[in-house]
Amino acid sequence: MSDSLLSVFKRLILALRAVGRILADPGFAAGVLRLEQGETPAPAEPARPALRETPPDSALQLLALLQQEGRFVDFLQENVTAYSDADIGGAARVVHEGCRKVVHDYLQIKPVCEEAEGVRLTLPAGFDATAVRLTGNVVGQAPFTGTLMHRGWRVIGITLPKVAEGHDVRVLAPAEVEL
Amino acid sequence: MSEARFAIGIDLGTTNCVLAAVDLQTSDLDEVVDWIEAIPQLTAPGAVEERPLLPSFLYLPHPDELRPEDRTLPWGEQPPFVVGELARSMGGRTPIRLVASAKSWLCHPGVDRRAAILPVEAPEEVERVSPLQASMRYLEHLRAAWDLRHSDAPLAEQEVVLTVPASFDPAARELTAEAAAAVGLGRHLVLLEEPQAALYHWILASRGEWRKQVRLGDIILVIDLGGGTADFSLIAVTERGGALELVRVAVGDHILLGGDNMDLALAHAVRAKLAEQGTQLDPWQLQGLTHGCRNAKEILLGDARVEAVPVVVPSRGSRLIGGTLRTELTRDEVARTLVEGFFPMVEASARPATRARAALTKLGLPYAQDAAMPRHLAAFLGRQVEATRDLAGFENRRPENASFLHPTAVLFNGGVFKAHSLLDRTLELLDGWLAAEGAPPVRLLEGADLDLAVARGAAYYGYVRRGRGVRIRGGTARAYYVGVESAMPAVPGLEPPIHALCIAPFGMEEGTQAELPSQEVGLVVGEPVRFRFFGSSVRRVDQVGAVLEQWTADEIEELEEIEATLPAEDRQPGEVVPVRLHAAVTEVGTLRLEAVPREGGEAWKVEFDVRGKG
Repeated sequence: MSDSLLSVFKRLILALRAVGRILADPGFAAGVLRLEQGETPAPAEPARPALRETPPDSALQLLALLQQEGRFVDFLQENVTAYSDADIGGAARVVHEGCRKVVHDYLQIKPVCEEAEGVRLTLPAGFDATAVRLTGNVVGQAPFTGTLMHRGWRVIGITLPKVAEGHDVRVLAPAEVEL
Repeated sequence: MSEARFAIGIDLGTTNCVLAAVDLQTSDLDEVVDWIEAIPQLTAPGAVEERPLLPSFLYLPHPDELRPEDRTLPWGEQPPFVVGELARSMGGRTPIRLVASAKSWLCHPGVDRRAAILPVEAPEEVERVSPLQASMRYLEHLRAAWDLRHSDAPLAEQEVVLTVPASFDPAARELTAEAAAAVGLGRHLVLLEEPQAALYHWILASRGEWRKQVRLGDIILVIDLGGGTADFSLIAVTERGGALELVRVAVGDHILLGGDNMDLALAHAVRAKLAEQGTQLDPWQLQGLTHGCRNAKEILLGDARVEAVPVVVPSRGSRLIGGTLRTELTRDEVARTLVEGFFPMVEASARPATRARAALTKLGLPYAQDAAMPRHLAAFLGRQVEATRDLAGFENRRPENASFLHPTAVLFNGGVFKAHSLLDRTLELLDGWLAAEGAPPVRLLEGADLDLAVARGAAYYGYVRRGRGVRIRGGTARAYYVGVESAMPAVPGLEPPIHALCIAPFGMEEGTQAELPSQEVGLVVGEPVRFRFFGSSVRRVDQVGAVLEQWTADEIEELEEIEATLPAEDRQPGEVVPVRLHAAVTEVGTLRLEAVPREGGEAWKVEFDVRGKG
């Protein structure tokens, strides 16, 4: 891609966009100034890959909802080896029904690939590696052709309840004391 | 701003409230822009969510039960009570602090509805509320929810349509309007009967096609079976100036029988089954069971291939696996308990075992004593056999010897009918009754939105009131009478017979006045004077001033007493002033009675809902 090939129209668009950004972004403005004064732009220092902490609030909130509707934490905290499959099955209905309701009510989940599992499909160059994971004989160049083993799931919408300021989300389920 | 931008429909239901809106500016004829407004509410302590339904429950927490921040609402208030989903779930664990079915209390003539009586079972230290206040709390919440999102168009300035059961008596209507006015919604308020709202929704949903689905001479039966009440109405399709017109010709009695009774009945049936196996349920588990049975019922009655649905009752403690009870609800049990219990096959001549409004003295809701919905329906259609006699275009339509009014189409409303087989059973019953008298089967009017239709239809009514669509005519569904003692000489040991003086004829439209009756009654100056008050849903021809010397219990129903007080002012206390009772129907849709003195001067309001005042 060569900058000198930009058409007049594209350059006009670029100029207009640059004006906006020069006004809004002092760092960008300084860079343009250096360019305008004939300095060769210093290669932008590559941002160091960073890991970030995710705030635990929404995770705890979702866990609390799964517990409230589907007794999820109760279920996980039990030692299932001590019970018969029939007993576990009865409890699993509670967990399944409740957790399914939570997932259905608060998250919109869709498969990443709409195709049926087992079909052959081709991934073009530039596919989203976050959404599709290659496994097995991973060699050569895109396009890749392979078998869809798992359709994947993607959240396309999430609405968690609003939480009051000062509400302790670490309490997943309050203790209950009947008077 | 004085011009309303939206028409708002509020379904203030026994178990759920719904808020719907129509944009008056962008809607045009049959292209109506309408939606259900999501209602933010507490769903857990400190957590607020938007839901389409606001459960009509009010919870009065102990001061140590919820911290103020756990009661924070999106509009920045922390009221000392809880409304909506959280109120319902907290009430399940602590029923003594839960106000439920406030609407049924609002139309319970046996109690003073302005007195703090709810929750009835609450211990002394709980500060109780009146049925009127409970209704106000729900309306207040709806108003705040709307105003939060539409700060430029507050609810108080919009055209508000509030729905009431068709069977609400004048006192209950007035109390509903009073609750709305108390939270600032009185400015552009109008009341609408719920079955009519359901039909308006059907018209809205047909997008102008309704004229092709009904024809002149049709009689539409609306069966509205909500969480707590059963409400029937008959709407006739007539013609005026070449265009089809709808006239509501009759409404049914107030019957406290609904989906909640059915879920509870199922839960008790399953509880009995568990008890036979030696398992006793505590109240908390029974509630879980009721919830499970409601879901199982909808699956079983919605899909004929399913024979049994497992119902599990989770344990109360954290040990889920060992403590969970598992049972199942079978098709046979549902059929026995619900279909045969609530929808038995009966003849058109069947009547409920007892009249719905029997005991007025007991403190408790006067639930229908006969749970069989078809018997109530048969009684309604039988009583209304003459409903269309005087209607233009219907003169020759009633077959000779018909023992009940023959509907030609039926519209269902209410969550109960999500169970398809209950809907089919009702159709089967109606068709059987009709076939026995040689009449064709009813047509089902499709396209109902069982939970949300009333609110949406109400909002649509706010829109058509501006002359942009068909309106259902009909006016008041009863004629009203006061009891006057006859002028016969007193006989010892015999109460003087009471005559009924008609003061408001059947079918008075909103914003109209009845004539002044020629008869006068005496009011004692400075003292409250009570009158016996009667209503009839079948006597369509009585005009103001008509005096009935006798009547049957089936045609005239005694309502609560009414009361008038003439202040002393320039009169002598104790003096008897002859007055005439004048009836009017307000723009809001409530009945208004006034005592007009013979010599002129100011008229005095006659009060409904007088219980507990003297």
